[in-house]
Amino acid sequence: MEDAQLDAFVAAAEDGVDCDGLVAARRSGGDSQNEAAGEYVFAVDGDRRDGLDEAAFRSVASDHSSYVGNWYFWERGVPPGDDRVAFLRWLEGTDTTQLPERLDRLESGVHATWGQLHVTVSLDPDGDAGEYSRQYALCHADDVTSDGADLTEYHDPLDARELSKLDEDGRYRPLKTAPMLQRGWHFPDLGPHELVRAVECFYPATIPNWYREGEGDLDIDNWRDTAERQTGIYEVVEELPREAVEWVAQACCVDSQCLKRREWEYDDDEELAAPAGDGEFPCREPCSLVVAAARKWTILEGESERTYEFELTPSEKNQLEELIDAVADGRVDDVREADVGDGANRYRARYLRAKRFDEDGNLCGVETTNGDGE
Amino acid sequence: MQALVIVAHGSHLNPESSAPTFAHADTIRATSAFDEVREAFWKEEPHFREALRTVAADEVFVVPLFISEGYFTEEVIPRELRLEGWDVTDWESGDGVSASHATYTADDVEKRVHYAGPAGTHDAMSDVIVRRAESVSGDPDVGEGFGLAVVGHGTKRNEHSARAIEYHADRIRERGRFDEVEALFMDEEPEVDDVTEYFDSDDVVVVPLFVADGYHTQEDIPEDMGLTEDYREGWETPATVDGQQIWYAGAVGTEPLMADVLLERAADAGADVGDAIEQVREGTRVSGPADD
Repeated sequence: MEDAQLDAFVAAAEDGVDCDGLVAARRSGGDSQNEAAGEYVFAVDGDRRDGLDEAAFRSVASDHSSYVGNWYFWERGVPPGDDRVAFLRWLEGTDTTQLPERLDRLESGVHATWGQLHVTVSLDPDGDAGEYSRQYALCHADDVTSDGADLTEYHDPLDARELSKLDEDGRYRPLKTAPMLQRGWHFPDLGPHELVRAVECFYPATIPNWYREGEGDLDIDNWRDTAERQTGIYEVVEELPREAVEWVAQACCVDSQCLKRREWEYDDDEELAAPAGDGEFPCREPCSLVVAAARKWTILEGESERTYEFELTPSEKNQLEELIDAVADGRVDDVREADVGDGANRYRARYLRAKRFDEDGNLCGVETTNGDGE
Repeated sequence: MQALVIVAHGSHLNPESSAPTFAHADTIRATSAFDEVREAFWKEEPHFREALRTVAADEVFVVPLFISEGYFTEEVIPRELRLEGWDVTDWESGDGVSASHATYTADDVEKRVHYAGPAGTHDAMSDVIVRRAESVSGDPDVGEGFGLAVVGHGTKRNEHSARAIEYHADRIRERGRFDEVEALFMDEEPEVDDVTEYFDSDDVVVVPLFVADGYHTQEDIPEDMGLTEDYREGWETPATVDGQQIWYAGAVGTEPLMADVLLERAADAGADVGDAIEQVREGTRVSGPADD
């Protein structure tokens, strides 16, 4: 073990050390115990030595270099912020696997998943914080089995901003936690600061919110709180009917659309029926996309219903339903070119339009009557 | 520790809306003036609501990358950041261009939040407009024989919007560097559509005071000025309109020197930025044609 680490450990004992089963302290004057002031205590997983002078303390610390080296990493190698440290600890399973077994596992790599991200934590003997420094490999969870050679290599965590901007088809992803993260990239060797930074770029604010939840301190704003806070063009969302809020959550907030786990409800007294999701990190209030979409729905819900009469065959009615399902489930691009058995097939849709739309695009020639009372 | 959080509008639809914000954040990050530099948005993530929890520092300088004082800087951002006791009079503006900064706590984090006025109304913004004229003309000494049009939205959307445009146009005019300087607007007189009527100079640089390129700067304004029939076909720089040469710049917010204004705002609010302002001013300088 490097002298610098040992010196740092001796200095830290003044204020007390408690890390992964390692406990160290220096007795202060006036201690009610029998030990003399200035003597050190060293304990590893129940093996406790009291009354050590500094030389003996250094010696016993050297004998437990993996514990002290591990402490040094957590002391010197990690970014500031309790939430970030908690996240890094969670990644390597500090709750479930104790030292020294955890260090053995890190030799071969410990895996964790965060949304669509896959993180592999391993030891990096050449790292900045000594031989027990950690190194993090980051890739898309669906690329884990890929040979790294198939993946484009990145080293700057800020490249995650570009990687998360567009989906596989080059379309803009305004919602970072939408489950459409593009594949084909990997960060093979991030340090702890860089790993946290990359995760923050892929999934902004998920680490602090997950940490707050774990501490029982997540500040949730329900639908009513959020709607009532809006001003300007969004002020109208307050008028969205109660049942429509259910449909908003079903449309936007389920796992197929967003990887955050919805923790907000209608209000303090009424929960929403839509599934909240199974995501690792929570959603603490309706996001800006939900508010913007809700504004549109509020305006649309302001229209009153009216009765239209359409003449359709049973199969044509089924086809309309199939078309809406196909768009809603995002499977339009998966419909095969010649699969005319699928109602969402392009030829089938074109046939229906040719048969049932008039020259103005009205279904069955039935005009849309606009506005109330017109 | 001190952090800088740049807050900007962002977009649900335009992937390039946030690009200038990220670019300026990167420039400032490279100076190491702040322990952390982060971005937050109204329409992207992290949202304003969660901006303050994304930094570990307990001193946070929040600088709005917005053009003018108004709805966003005075109402939306302070509300969404949960600044306790926010009162627009703390900014001691009142004329629409003088907001500097005020300090608050926020009710969801234990931090001191120094909330700065918008980048667009800082005096240093005048330099960015001039720098934009230099970069679009490729001439670090551009001015003589040139007119400069500073273009903004106008008052329909924001009462202070026109004020910021006129403020910078007046300041640049007073320097006497350009033969003529005019403030023009999209939705009120004097209108940018008639740009050539307002200038006698053969060459006119047109700088829109917008944060990011988008519909207005890349579609509306070029077509309205007659640079092109169809924005999709692009336009020449300079383009000849009514016998005058129009050098159209695109959004001023994309100019690298914009990072300087953000730094100045933070420094005015009490941030220790060391020599970062000098670094940015030097590092973003326009080379003359001979150096290209």
